[in-house]
Amino acid sequence: MTRRAAEQRLAWLLCAPAVIAMLVVTAYPMLYAVWLSLFRYDLRFPNQRRFVGVENYVSVLSAEAWWQSLFNTLFITVGSVVFEFLLGLVFALVMHRAIIGRQLVRASLLVPYGIITVVAAMSWRFAFDPTTGFVNALLGLESAWLTQRWTAFFVIIQTEIWKTTPFMALLLLAGLSVVPEDLLRAARVDGANAAQRFFKVTLPLMRPVIMVALLFRTLDAFRIFDTVFVQTRGAQGTESVSIVGYNALVTRLNLGLGSAVSVLIFVCVLTIGVLYIKGFGSDWSRRREH
Amino acid sequence: MSNTRLVTAITLLGGMLSVLLGCAEPYPKTPRLRWYVFDEPSGAFQQAAQSCAERSRGRYAIELVPLPTDADQQREQLVRRLAAEDPDIDIIGMDVIWTAEFAAAGWVLPWRGEAARKARADRLDSAIESASYEKQLWAAPFTTNTQLLWYRGDRVDTPPPTWNEMIRHAEALGAHGTIQTQGERYEGLTVFFVSLLASAGGSVLAADGQTVSLQEAPTRRALEVMQRLANSTAADPTLATAREDHARLAFERGNSSFMVNYTFVWPSARANAPQVARHMDWARWPAVIAGKPSRVTLGGINLGIGAHSRHPEMAFEAAACLVSDSNQRLAAALGGLPPTITALYDDAQVRATFPFADVLRETLRDAVQRPKTPLYADVSLAISHTLHPLRDIDPQRDVARLRDAVGRALRSEGLL
Repeated sequence: MTRRAAEQRLAWLLCAPAVIAMLVVTAYPMLYAVWLSLFRYDLRFPNQRRFVGVENYVSVLSAEAWWQSLFNTLFITVGSVVFEFLLGLVFALVMHRAIIGRQLVRASLLVPYGIITVVAAMSWRFAFDPTTGFVNALLGLESAWLTQRWTAFFVIIQTEIWKTTPFMALLLLAGLSVVPEDLLRAARVDGANAAQRFFKVTLPLMRPVIMVALLFRTLDAFRIFDTVFVQTRGAQGTESVSIVGYNALVTRLNLGLGSAVSVLIFVCVLTIGVLYIKGFGSDWSRRREH
Repeated sequence: MSNTRLVTAITLLGGMLSVLLGCAEPYPKTPRLRWYVFDEPSGAFQQAAQSCAERSRGRYAIELVPLPTDADQQREQLVRRLAAEDPDIDIIGMDVIWTAEFAAAGWVLPWRGEAARKARADRLDSAIESASYEKQLWAAPFTTNTQLLWYRGDRVDTPPPTWNEMIRHAEALGAHGTIQTQGERYEGLTVFFVSLLASAGGSVLAADGQTVSLQEAPTRRALEVMQRLANSTAADPTLATAREDHARLAFERGNSSFMVNYTFVWPSARANAPQVARHMDWARWPAVIAGKPSRVTLGGINLGIGAHSRHPEMAFEAAACLVSDSNQRLAAALGGLPPTITALYDDAQVRATFPFADVLRETLRDAVQRPKTPLYADVSLAISHTLHPLRDIDPQRDVARLRDAVGRALRSEGLL
């Protein structure tokens, strides 16, 4: 018992540097943002700073702009993550089964992920531009994609998909490689066909990896900023919550209001995380107990 | 073995240290004034900085710190430093729209006495006005700018006097009739609106600078022009994402007959599209009300002195040199930036750079300032968000919406 306590103390001591670093670089700014969000505070007039309680939250939550941007963000998130997952799974299976040129296939799949988001967003903006782009020429259309709401959403979401599917594919590939071959062979001997083997053996075993991949991508997609900023600047009703926060905080220098938006984004991210872990995690741990 | 390695390492390290110590001067003899200004491609600012440093006979040097070309992004980078009281900022190339904000926040030092008198001397009234806030001069007028109407002389005999006539004319021209304007949701849309509103006889703010004006009749007329243009066959299909540079490129392709844009399009067209430049003509921005000359938004940069500069006295002196006659000529000749010194518009060399000097001077004389409020960034955001996309404007309904949005921006209320 005493030995265990001593070990535990050592463990905490060993963790301490990391914990302190995390507290300094993440907890402090986050708490400071919460603190700032309770003030009416304009960077231009620091003397006029005064405590307003939850007034900033009331004004954000009662603004149509917030709910509109929340819808936009969720739309982009769901739209991109669903397709990234399906495509990523296909790519992962291809990479897993590829016999010749395995390295080359993996490396080439990673190219879009290696490109800086702003550059990718700009390239696609030019590609969809009616005068400089190739997309219209290819499809025989004459459409100004980024000037209409739903087509602009399409361009933004497809840029996201193009860019981050490789990430999804790599994570899922890691998941595929943990599925034991013996299990698949045993299923085969028992008469399971390819589809049954995939849905009954491979997918359930990949569950934890799928959860991690989806969680990462969902949180990432929810915080989307660069692609929207480069392609539409949030116009045409494509504003994401991050852009709303940026406008309040960086352009208008309204620290109180901007911090309130940041805190609300954080709450959303937290909710997404909890929902995932509740939805996936408990189910999985129960399975393991059997 | 390891011993020799150690000796080599120490010798190398020692050598590096001595080199470093030899280079680093802990107390440089000449103070380096840091001039934060947009990245001017021609090198005119660089030359001006050099010649002013030479003229100081080694008392100071001026080092350019390039900012992005986009005014919104320049401001974002500057305000964060200024709010943090960065002493590195000596001289600021201030866009005319920052004067009120920087002055009210105490980020720039006022120009007083003899320095102010010299900075005002022989300058265009509108340029002086752009550098002033609450009757105090906050920056030295340097370069100015404004939009003109550019049109194809081979397709259009006389430039259209009003927007309505221009739209009608452009529609009649058919496929080649496109009018290039700025319709993206950004500050440029605010500029377009302010020009139309002032031409219709209205203003965004009341005379006190604190409350919304946006009188019913002129605001509606300005919105009617925007809405009519955006829904006309003469509008570019990508109007909702068009900025100044987009308009320039589209005009250079030759399928457009009209464009409202700044003077940079002239040297650009001559260099990139000589066959278009050959037919390119200019005129004053079209009026909104027939017979009432247009009033176009003023642009340009003025030089302010950072409030936390380590060498404010020298910075004032250097800025006064940078805005002098010879450097304004340089900025005009190399960079195509219109001068603020009135007399230069009669100078043969300047007129060779700006063959449209007379129209330009006339436009500048009647130019309108953007809303002079420390909350300009908020107001601009409110205007561009309310009016974008132009095709969906409903003049009847949107006057009230605009007033409401600008009012909330002025009170720093809520999201925009």
